[in-house]
Amino acid sequence: MNIEAVRAIYGFEMSRWGRTLMQSIVSPVLSTCLYFIVFGSAIGSRISQVDGIDYGAFIVPGLVMMLLLTQSTLNASFGIYFPRFTGTIYEHLSAPVSAFEIVLGYVGAAATKSVILGLLVLVTASLFVPLRIAHPFWMIVFLLLTAITFSMLGFIIGIWADGFEKLQIIPLLVITPLTFLGGTFYSVKMLPPFWQTVTLFNPVVYLISGFRWSFFEISDVNVGVSLLMTSLFLAVCMAVAWWIFRTGYRLKA
Amino acid sequence: MPAVIRVEGLSKTYASGFTALKDINLEISQGEIFALLGPNGAGKTTLIGCICGIVNPTAGKITVDGKDIVADYRAVRAMIGLVPQELATDMFETPWATVNFSRGLFGKPQNHAYVEKVLRALTLWEKKDSRIMTLSGGMKRRLLIAKALAHEPRILFLDEPTAGVDVELRREMWEIVRKLRAEGVTIILTTHYIEEAEEMADRVGVIAKGEIILVEEKNELMRKLGKKQLVLQLSAPLTEIPAGLGAYDLHLGADGNELTYTYDTRAERTGITALLNDMRAAGVTFKDLSTMQSSLEDIFVDLVREKR
Ligand SMILES: Nc1ncnc2c1ncn2[C@@H]1O[C@H](COP(=O)(O)OP(=O)(O)O)[C@@H](O)[C@H]1O
Ligand SMILES: [Mg+2]
Repeated sequence: MNIEAVRAIYGFEMSRWGRTLMQSIVSPVLSTCLYFIVFGSAIGSRISQVDGIDYGAFIVPGLVMMLLLTQSTLNASFGIYFPRFTGTIYEHLSAPVSAFEIVLGYVGAAATKSVILGLLVLVTASLFVPLRIAHPFWMIVFLLLTAITFSMLGFIIGIWADGFEKLQIIPLLVITPLTFLGGTFYSVKMLPPFWQTVTLFNPVVYLISGFRWSFFEISDVNVGVSLLMTSLFLAVCMAVAWWIFRTGYRLKA
Repeated sequence: MPAVIRVEGLSKTYASGFTALKDINLEISQGEIFALLGPNGAGKTTLIGCICGIVNPTAGKITVDGKDIVADYRAVRAMIGLVPQELATDMFETPWATVNFSRGLFGKPQNHAYVEKVLRALTLWEKKDSRIMTLSGGMKRRLLIAKALAHEPRILFLDEPTAGVDVELRREMWEIVRKLRAEGVTIILTTHYIEEAEEMADRVGVIAKGEIILVEEKNELMRKLGKKQLVLQLSAPLTEIPAGLGAYDLHLGADGNELTYTYDTRAERTGITALLNDMRAAGVTFKDLSTMQSSLEDIFVDLVREKR
């Protein structure tokens, strides 16, 4: 195992992130906080409680998930796309590193960033709304699992993309809508039965539901199913990444 | 000298269907400077890419220091440094950060003293904390060399190190390459400048249309290059070279109307005066004469043209 290489990639990615503090940390945290301030107080004045939980608090896990999903995909896709774009990828390809080490460096860094952001939002939220975390261990498990899974997805997007627009397309056109429709702002149980069934095809529902359960012990779907679905998605992403490196797809001529 | 790189039956057909390399066989000796000389599009970058793991070969086998480049990729790649043709850099990084990154990527533990030595050797030390985008083209080129050297490779590939570089920088680059060779690094450089191959290489390989058409010691090539020919248009045709002229390297052509004498311009005597005297003695007269020189340039152009 080329630990030095993993450390080099990870360190490089983290320092790039740290250098652009405003854009990479302050702005996503701020905009997420705006959501729960605006939604929490505007809608919260009408819907005071969902499943016995204060609305302002109810939406926090969903918002953290939304941040986690978009930031993981964006960060990881940009991380690997940039060296492809500038041509510096030649160095990775000619270095004594395995696919696993490259993925570990990039995905590890992207996941670390989004976990930091998620925790920052949680801390900020706790200043405004009464938050309690019933299962801190499972909360961290869901946080990590989601960050890693979507960083993997982002990594794959970063290899697939052949332009900057494509980097934005999936987070913007797929992930954000799925999060909005996945129960960030409401409980799936509040929907008519037909739409409840449709919603079950949205993978984000399982993430938000499981994550929310670790806070309030309420969930739209069974927690075990949530965990299983998330792990399954992670396994699919890993298989795709493995295939990419085995065939050199979009990396080697 | 033992071969450090061995390429056998290497072919590359790109996804587009274009065959960029055809059955390449090549050996690079330990410690030499090998120049891969060929026109644009000959397949130089593709060949380097195959050896360095950037291009997937279609067929063939490559070993470095006896190790297969696929099966034993870690050991092989740790030995090799690559300076690409394109100036690909992380514009927002500093030379210091990027050279240390390269070292780590190649699996070497941090060694700031060594990185400092490399940056100083390439006169980049003053710029170590500047953003790469503020560096000049020549500095960027040197930075890519510094990155390639960061993990102390035994073999260095330089893909067109002096393409589009002014004369002064070219000399500087040559100096750097010579120093590296003196330290025992095996160097493979590609170029489409003949004078660069002449100036730098111990051996030259000429590549055109995806095929290696000649591999020769540079000195041997220079010897061929030093050959000059004197062509005499005879007054009357001959059926054979007269016995009195048997000592000369002569060739009778154009239906006996043309006598060609090949001589070495770098020999102490060309033998022309003696030949002309002996010709007069043998009663052979001529009406006109001309001389021809085959330069490496000519050899190169001829070889390449034959391939077209
Ligand atoms: N990725 C690619 N797909 C298709 N053809 C390519 C690719 N890369 C290079 N070629 C073609 O292969 C030939 C050799 O290219 P290259 O190895 O870059 O030559 P050189 O370095 O000698 O100029 C050229 O005709 C080039 O157009
Ligand atoms: Mg080239």
